[in-house]
Amino acid sequence: MLMFSNLDVVALDTIPVVSYGTFMLSVLDYMKAHDERHCVSYFGVRAPNGDLHCYSVLADDATSQLAVLSYHLAASGTMLLPSLSAHYRAFHIYERVLWENHGVQFSDHPWLKPVRYPHDAAHGATIDEYPFFRIDGGEVHEVGVGPIHAGVIEPGHFRFQCTGEDVVHLEIKLGYQHRGVERLMVEPVSMLRRTVLAESIAGDTTIGHTWAFVNAMQSLSRLTVSDAVEIERAIALELERIAIHIGDLSALNLDVAYQLGSSVLGALRTPMINFFQWWCGNRFGKGLLRVGNDRFLLTPALQDRLRKTLDDMERLYSRVSTKMFLLPSVLARFERTGIVTAEQAHVIGAVGMAARSSGVRRDVRRSHPHGVYRAEDVQTHVLHTGDVMARAYLRKLEIDSSLAYIRNLLDRIRTASLDNGIYERHSPRALEPSSLVVSMVEGWRGEIVHTSITDEHGTLIHHGVKDPSMHNWFALALSLRGNEISDFPICNKSYDLSYCGHDL
Amino acid sequence: MIESLKIWKQQGGQTIPDVTAVTLPEIFRGRPSIKAEECANGCTACVDVCPVAAITLSSAGTVSLDLGPCVFCGECADACPTDKITFTNDYKTAAPTREALVMHEGEVGPVVFNADAVRSEISEYFGGSLKLRQVSAAGCNSCELELNACGNVNFDMGRFGIEFVASPRHADGIVISGPISLNMSIANDICFDAVPDPRIVILTGACAITGGVFEKSPELQRAFVQRHHVDLYVPGCPPHPLTFINGVLQLIRKRMS
Repeated sequence: MLMFSNLDVVALDTIPVVSYGTFMLSVLDYMKAHDERHCVSYFGVRAPNGDLHCYSVLADDATSQLAVLSYHLAASGTMLLPSLSAHYRAFHIYERVLWENHGVQFSDHPWLKPVRYPHDAAHGATIDEYPFFRIDGGEVHEVGVGPIHAGVIEPGHFRFQCTGEDVVHLEIKLGYQHRGVERLMVEPVSMLRRTVLAESIAGDTTIGHTWAFVNAMQSLSRLTVSDAVEIERAIALELERIAIHIGDLSALNLDVAYQLGSSVLGALRTPMINFFQWWCGNRFGKGLLRVGNDRFLLTPALQDRLRKTLDDMERLYSRVSTKMFLLPSVLARFERTGIVTAEQAHVIGAVGMAARSSGVRRDVRRSHPHGVYRAEDVQTHVLHTGDVMARAYLRKLEIDSSLAYIRNLLDRIRTASLDNGIYERHSPRALEPSSLVVSMVEGWRGEIVHTSITDEHGTLIHHGVKDPSMHNWFALALSLRGNEISDFPICNKSYDLSYCGHDL
Repeated sequence: MIESLKIWKQQGGQTIPDVTAVTLPEIFRGRPSIKAEECANGCTACVDVCPVAAITLSSAGTVSLDLGPCVFCGECADACPTDKITFTNDYKTAAPTREALVMHEGEVGPVVFNADAVRSEISEYFGGSLKLRQVSAAGCNSCELELNACGNVNFDMGRFGIEFVASPRHADGIVISGPISLNMSIANDICFDAVPDPRIVILTGACAITGGVFEKSPELQRAFVQRHHVDLYVPGCPPHPLTFINGVLQLIRKRMS
């Protein structure tokens, strides 16, 4: 295996190409070593001659190292392979995508089901033909919900297998939001168009995904940005985290009928996203990040405005969030509801706050840092109960940490030069040819991974996107087991997973 | 109890009193304005930079910008060497006709909301109350977040009798966001069919209006938009809550004939 780090440019010819048998043994050996290791990406790229080149990127959180290994499948040869998922369940989603997009068959995959139903899926199935898991028996009934839900939210289908009010199993069928993001990324279009596309991967994670994208492109075009830009981007990412966490606490309160908490927290999200509007003209931060530079300076006047906005927000926020976590009517619904154990979180490869609320420390900002996060002064919290309470309280802890961190960054940006240099609008430079870059960012949901590969002419031939939701949807499914179906809304809100980020 | 009252008092009034008369910050990118002046010789900077091909340069050399696919990134304004294109903070950009979304050179003033293009039964039936079913069809969730924000304590769209409801059976129309994926197209059709007549169709966001940045994707199925009359186009990426609310208010307002 070739060792490298987040954002390193790796020459493709240095990546070992092995037989599938060796690949499998090496990956299993590597993963077995300790719990800090997990797979962050595993994908196939079709070569011009029709062969499939598969790359697996494994991460060691303890050493901040990434490892990559690859194997080739000849277009004419066998596409039937033993699966890694049979040994490590967390590989299930990657192998399902390899099967769906490229027709690779996995003989002993425990859950080989379609993921997104692209129009030209190798399995040939359409979204109405999903093979649901079923439990038969006189006491069992099914409840199907979606794709269109009661609220203004994204589409997905939830199938509950219940006995009485209790959920035995929940299966989540996605793919409705599939619009071909990865395919559109590698079309011969301008860097700006790709950036706008990155801004539209998941609107609630605009900063997270766009930062992962521009970091990958910067590495491939050998561009570095100033300290001030790195600080500004980290401020934007933490602000996005605060805004969404507050909004989700509001939504959780609404679902347990704590109206005051819901409306106050709902209103407190507004100044957070309105600050983005003051900064870059868009409430979600669209238009802010660009390859090689940012378009809008965080001027001293904006820095003062941000400090004041955070101070004003915090005065009321600390009061209402304290009250919320003391209210018996809230705690009675949150505590011991929707438990996902540390072992389950490990098995499914949970990342981000879904992992951290179940006792598994996963935080790219600490384990695979980039930019200002290399200073390792951002605080990561881990809770152990794995219930709705843990996921709600973790949000409170993370809001507090991000507030402190933004203030820290605002102190540092004063001493950094505010000269961001020239923003080059047109695709600035040719990309490094025959290279791989893995770009990881800790969005508010967790580990965002973008993987880029160029051909010998420096043309982008693969841009893979992994939203943390790809792993964490299984956490939601597991959280429902043994719970009442009426607890689904708070379990769902406690994760607030992305449909569009998963479906791409 | 006392703490709750303190929180309530500290929170104070949050609602925007008049949603039709808010001034957004200058940096907000709303309706673009294109000056009637000659471009630099042979310059195509705006057309070249636009990520969604929203800008047309006519053979006579005049510039027009279609708000349908526009993601309001403002890169064209930055790229223009003569500052011919600028983005104003005017958020009232929704219109009942597709043509009204095309901004021509030299036009000043707001997006034309042609009241004659609105079906008469809309103000007759829905002037005092409009219940909408939202269909999220493969967008990025930012439109959905802004549509939710329309109902929060700040924008409080409910005070005008405009609300999102849980079932199409309770709705007077549907609001589509996203470019409409193949995988969502059937559910979208079923949902619309379940809305009783008379019913309206609102497309919100660049993706819903034209497909936006996903326009050329083979994963879309946009036949619905060709098959049905669209009553309101709400441009943006995503549209600001004020853009949506003002558009819908103009759509359902009772008119003196």
